[in-house]
Amino acid sequence: MGPLLIGIYVFVLAMFIGFEIITKIPPTLHTPLMSGANAVSGVTVVGALVAAQTSDTEISSLLGFVAIITATVNVVGGFLVTDRMLAMFSKKKKK
Amino acid sequence: MSAFLNSSLVPTLYLLSAVLFIFGLKGLTRIRTARRGNFTSALAMLVAVIATLLEMGKFDLQWIIIGLLVGGLVGAVAAVKVEMTSMPEMVALFNGSGGAASGLVAASVLWHEVIEKNSGQTPAALLGNGGVSGMITILSLLIGFLTLSGSLVAYLKLAGKLSGSPILLPGRHLFNAALLLGVLGVGAYAVFSLSDAGSLSLVALAVVIMSLLLGIGLVIPIGGADMPVVISLLNSYSGLAAAATGFVLGNNVLIISGALVGASGLILTQIMCVAMNRTLANVLFGGFGAEPASGGGGSGGKDEYNNVRSFSAEEAALVLENAEKVIFVPGYGLAVAQAQHTVRELASELERRGAEVSYAIHPVAGRMPGHMNVLLAEADVPYEQLKEMDEINPEFKNTDVAIVVGANDVVNPAAMKDPGSPIYGMPILEVYNAATVIMIKRSLSPGFAGIKNDLFEYDNTMMLFADAKKAVQGILMEIKEL
Repeated sequence: MGPLLIGIYVFVLAMFIGFEIITKIPPTLHTPLMSGANAVSGVTVVGALVAAQTSDTEISSLLGFVAIITATVNVVGGFLVTDRMLAMFSKKKKK
Repeated sequence: MSAFLNSSLVPTLYLLSAVLFIFGLKGLTRIRTARRGNFTSALAMLVAVIATLLEMGKFDLQWIIIGLLVGGLVGAVAAVKVEMTSMPEMVALFNGSGGAASGLVAASVLWHEVIEKNSGQTPAALLGNGGVSGMITILSLLIGFLTLSGSLVAYLKLAGKLSGSPILLPGRHLFNAALLLGVLGVGAYAVFSLSDAGSLSLVALAVVIMSLLLGIGLVIPIGGADMPVVISLLNSYSGLAAAATGFVLGNNVLIISGALVGASGLILTQIMCVAMNRTLANVLFGGFGAEPASGGGGSGGKDEYNNVRSFSAEEAALVLENAEKVIFVPGYGLAVAQAQHTVRELASELERRGAEVSYAIHPVAGRMPGHMNVLLAEADVPYEQLKEMDEINPEFKNTDVAIVVGANDVVNPAAMKDPGSPIYGMPILEVYNAATVIMIKRSLSPGFAGIKNDLFEYDNTMMLFADAKKAVQGILMEIKEL
């Protein structure tokens, strides 16, 4: 089985895991789930790291470098803003 | 050592990362575990980055650090500064930047593996897998850049820099379909037939431009009230874009985490569509509210209001003074006016006077899923008081006063009673069952669905025309004097 086929297997199974674990989420958490998942999609930063480095030409490294920046904005911003929201929810639990 | 790294340690770290991503996302589905879940996801990301750096072996740390620092700083400042009311805009922007990153990575790979080599071979030959890898790269460009431009348009609409009402261009379906077919057709032609660097780079550029235009074309016809659906869908796309990048690079962690995000976005999209009683196709292609409501019978005089009675804050306060059960119904107007803290103050005052207060949250109230919950949480409203639609609807008939703050379409009884109404069948909050409905609204202007709200004419409705925050402040002042 080639890497591509394995990739497709992994993708399909991961979609199912995603559907399984996210059903029945309370509406209160819709926004944090969305921004948290959004931060996860910044995992492209991994690809950006590779892209910025594998090449000796300026153009593809430059594209990779810009990708590192935009992906990191997504990752750091997404996780922080999610934490900010969730802190508001848990704060009141202690009261 | 490096053999050990690549054969055992790196794959193990990737596996660890994937497992942490799954646990992190699972954590986000329960209030008690959500914060830890978010932290787990961040940890998973860190592990993935470390594994990648180890796998790469040699790298130029300087540029990586600069890139991470610049991106991290921008993201952190934005995340700390953003107002809770602007959360939909923020998520749209983050979404767009993630999509951009995926598109850029695909472009970089295409450049590095194909164009720069200029070997006289087609991308299908160079990227392998009988052209499938080449097509996935094109797909990755498409989804990435479509997510970027679509998210930017969504941002502009949410921030009010672009009209929130649907902008419908004639022939838009044809235009979008042509763009999609154009990307796939030109992409396939290039992957299987082109081999010189010049034409390939032109095609890559054309694909990027067409994808950007398609993102704009898809989101611009969608109205403000449908934004929760669009944001969820774009969120899903950004995940699929990451997964596509994973296919391009042959990286399973990217595929797994991208698929998880894709799935979660799709589920939210589905929840939002159900809450509006519409299909996804109808949201995306319907251009809701732009066409005149056909039939529209039953409500007598389509857009004119007859029996509307305007009241003052003082009169509202008098009604609230003796209320024992009060339900607040927040909507987008509350977010616009930043009225969440004032509403909470009024609620506390009513509670102090012995009233039982709760909040009825419609699933599509606001501009993104869960928008109202976040705002009210910011104002320290205990989330036990936030009630979902199905839970609270039976309670309205035992309710003395329902206060609608900046919501409109989600309380429109036409959705239940008027089969000719365009929103007929959409589940609504049945506020009209309350003894008195105080409707705080700036004017009689229709909501984003662009239709008349019969509730304004009901005998038990008191209209209070003002900005949400000022109106609630006014009521609060009056009630303290009583």
